[in-house]
Amino acid sequence: MPDLKIKISDLYKIFGANGAAHVDKVRNGVGKTELLEKHGHVLGLQNINIDIFAGRIQVIMGLSGSGKSTLIRHINRLIEPTTGEIMIDGKDVLSMSDAELLHFRRFDASMVFQKFALLPHRTVLANTTYGLSMQGIEQSEAEKRASHWLERVGLGGFEDRFPAQLSGGMQQRVGLARALATDADILLMDEAFSALDPLIRADMQGILLDLQSELHKTIVFITHDLDEALRIGDDIAILRDGNLVQQGSSQDIVLNPADEYVADFTKDINRARVLTLGTLSHNEPSVDGIVLDSTLTLEQAMNDLAASEKEAINVTRDGQMIGQVTMRDMIYAASRVKAGDGDTVTYR
Amino acid sequence: MALIDWSKVTLTDPPQLPREVLRELKKGIDGTFREFSRGYGEAIENFFHPLLMFLKWFQDLLIETPWPLILVILGALSWWGSRSWKMVVGTVLAFLFIGWLDMWEDTMATLAIVSVATLLCIAIGIPIGILMARSDRVQAMILPVLDIMQTIPSFVYLIPVVMLLGIGKVPGLLAVMIYAIPPIVRLTNLGIRLVDKEVLEAADAFGSSYRQKLFQVQIPLALPNIFAGVNQTIMMALSMVVIAAMIGVPGLGVPVLRAVSNQYLALGVMNGLAIVAIAIIFDRVSQAFGKRLQKHREGEHGA
Repeated sequence: MPDLKIKISDLYKIFGANGAAHVDKVRNGVGKTELLEKHGHVLGLQNINIDIFAGRIQVIMGLSGSGKSTLIRHINRLIEPTTGEIMIDGKDVLSMSDAELLHFRRFDASMVFQKFALLPHRTVLANTTYGLSMQGIEQSEAEKRASHWLERVGLGGFEDRFPAQLSGGMQQRVGLARALATDADILLMDEAFSALDPLIRADMQGILLDLQSELHKTIVFITHDLDEALRIGDDIAILRDGNLVQQGSSQDIVLNPADEYVADFTKDINRARVLTLGTLSHNEPSVDGIVLDSTLTLEQAMNDLAASEKEAINVTRDGQMIGQVTMRDMIYAASRVKAGDGDTVTYR
Repeated sequence: MALIDWSKVTLTDPPQLPREVLRELKKGIDGTFREFSRGYGEAIENFFHPLLMFLKWFQDLLIETPWPLILVILGALSWWGSRSWKMVVGTVLAFLFIGWLDMWEDTMATLAIVSVATLLCIAIGIPIGILMARSDRVQAMILPVLDIMQTIPSFVYLIPVVMLLGIGKVPGLLAVMIYAIPPIVRLTNLGIRLVDKEVLEAADAFGSSYRQKLFQVQIPLALPNIFAGVNQTIMMALSMVVIAAMIGVPGLGVPVLRAVSNQYLALGVMNGLAIVAIAIIFDRVSQAFGKRLQKHREGEHGA
């Protein structure tokens, strides 16, 4: 298990004149609607407990109004919680002094925003150096580092343009370069790709995954798009009305939705593209089958299997045979049927 | 002493203070203020003395500078502001025409007081606007004061100013500033408050201190509005020229006043038009400059 990076425990956020006075009511089961109608306070987050591990991408997903943007802003304290605890690298973020908080924001966590939030009066290069100049890094050095990151996100040659002269996708690359340039361990991404059209979004997801495979940052990624969550998330948490309703891997979320709300989310996704052979693998390796790695998705495996004209796949993990997956298993799994004829398919 | 003289109240006469009480009240206020100005008038005058010296020096400088040099400077300024040859030619021609009609000296005096007033308004107004933008309470306190400054007839505040400081350049300058400072304060406040919340959040997220946020994000993004305020302040300062002349400020307002009392139509119109010409030049140059500040918005998507 990787190291624990961010630990959020027992976090509550109630918006209104005197939120703290209403925490106990919420603990005792007062809901969002009742809190608003009877007490005039808005329930932002309740009873949030989440562990985020170093070097992984933690996706937090939910519909609008579910509190996901509120939650991510607690991590760098752009929003103060009503009660709760946020520990990062064992340090309590909430007890930081103003100076410590500035230092934390400058060096330890950077952020990418939904609407890019670039400075319109500064060039692309000057936008990218913003975080570095906050760190007190000398101008020429800052520009050198910023140029490097602009190059990495594919914006070399655009240094002297203004944000307004770029397309949305390019502006968000600037946002990403600005965040990466500070070299912070934690990258907070608030619906970073939601404002982009689908092709550009997929493109940006690819860029992010490429960078992550080499940088190993701790990324907290907010989205309302399950496809996006499944594609980039190592761990996924689902928020509803300020409540965490499910936490787990993409496989868990798709195979075992915790409730109707989560099931609704997963209804329309392409399961064959999410589920992996490792998840379905069972029994002993079969005699007559092709050999494939456990991390392949069903979609990739089906292709190979069809081409081979065999009926089963022998699944390997790190070179070891761990079991088999049959054509039939894959059809069941991809078509949302929960169990087979009582013999084969069992989901953990 | 009764506060209402009920015997006088009828359907057409609302309740009012008894005549003698009202007279005493006014006398009391006048007396107190007169005492105050006797006691502190000189101290206040001394306080403003450096300003008076500076005004005098600046006005003499403008008047004694050879006119070709002034034309070159004005032309250069309008080029710097507008980057347009038309503006430069227009400016030079307008000032040549002003000189041709024997209004050069008065125009220089007016330029002196208007530029000093504008600079002081900017120096005082922008910090006040920044304070207002920072706190809703400060805003709630200052807004009514600005409302009063903009609506109260100038003659009314001329009275205490003249009682305190007498007649001359400094009271004139103060009168101009009271009238001209509200737009720069208002638009600085507005401009800073209108800065995109998400951009501010980004500045916070990267660990900007209040100062860094103010100077690197808020003020640069508020500049178009701040500049509109500067433009308005210049225009309002120019429009006070005639009233300032009533309390002894030299300039184009003086011949206008003379024209009013003697029914000199031509004199009045010429000097009036000279004020208009200066106003138009200042307005166009400063607006063109303001537009240039927004150059980065060129090619904006969907705008």
